[in-house]
Amino acid sequence: MVQVGSQGAVEPDSIKPLKGRLMADVNRGNRPLSPHLSIYRPQWTSITSILVRITGNALIVAALLIVWWFVAAASGPEAFATADGVIRSWFGKLVMFGSIWALWYHSLGGLRHLVWDSGRMLDVDKSEMAGQMMVVLSVILTIFTVIVL
Amino acid sequence: MAFLTDRKRATGTGSAKSGTHHHWQMMVTSVALLVLIPFFVFTFGAILGAPYEEVIAYYQRPFPAVVAILTMLVGFFHFRLGVQTLIEDYVHGLARKAAIIGMICLSYAAAAFAVFAIIRIAL
Repeated sequence: MVQVGSQGAVEPDSIKPLKGRLMADVNRGNRPLSPHLSIYRPQWTSITSILVRITGNALIVAALLIVWWFVAAASGPEAFATADGVIRSWFGKLVMFGSIWALWYHSLGGLRHLVWDSGRMLDVDKSEMAGQMMVVLSVILTIFTVIVL
Repeated sequence: MAFLTDRKRATGTGSAKSGTHHHWQMMVTSVALLVLIPFFVFTFGAILGAPYEEVIAYYQRPFPAVVAILTMLVGFFHFRLGVQTLIEDYVHGLARKAAIIGMICLSYAAAAFAVFAIIRIAL
């Protein structure tokens, strides 16, 4: 259960002897939890952060397709024709197109983390601006990549 | 106890036990990938769609081959670290351990297959 704002839990007497050993557990179940997605207003900072996680992990699909492509190329012309055909099918192209955007977006997200780790751009307005820049720049980079390649 | 420094007594007793090394490895691989990814996108993208013979000849050149090898090695190591954080956030108990072990094995296996294949093409 999400109980926002229910601080100051009453401790049952039975757990008091354990307090020294289990300090972290004393309030378990009765303390406020961090806000969950369902009751949390979407913001530029939260949405762009979640998208960094989604894009990063989703890139495994394209990564494994590319590994298959390399292994097929090393195996011979017949195997290569199969893997190359899948990557260049409409499904493969959809995955690769989405992955180009995911790759640029995730890279910009990583860059933002490195900037944050250096102690810069941590203010709310600057973080929000960085998130908006990530969205805009990732779209521009994707269009640029598709045009060049 | 008298011979232990305060720092030594505190090390490893936080809820996460450790973590700075994981974060540091993420930073290093992130910086490396910021350089490698543009090179990989524009070398791999340039040859994707070409016939078999051209692809083989292309990856026999040192630069595209080394860029691809490094991208696969560093990329899958970065994925192995990132997916572990994802699993730790959403999966619990035995399933968490199983998922982390499974994804670590998948990451290293994929990197090994990719590196072996690229070296075989190149040589």
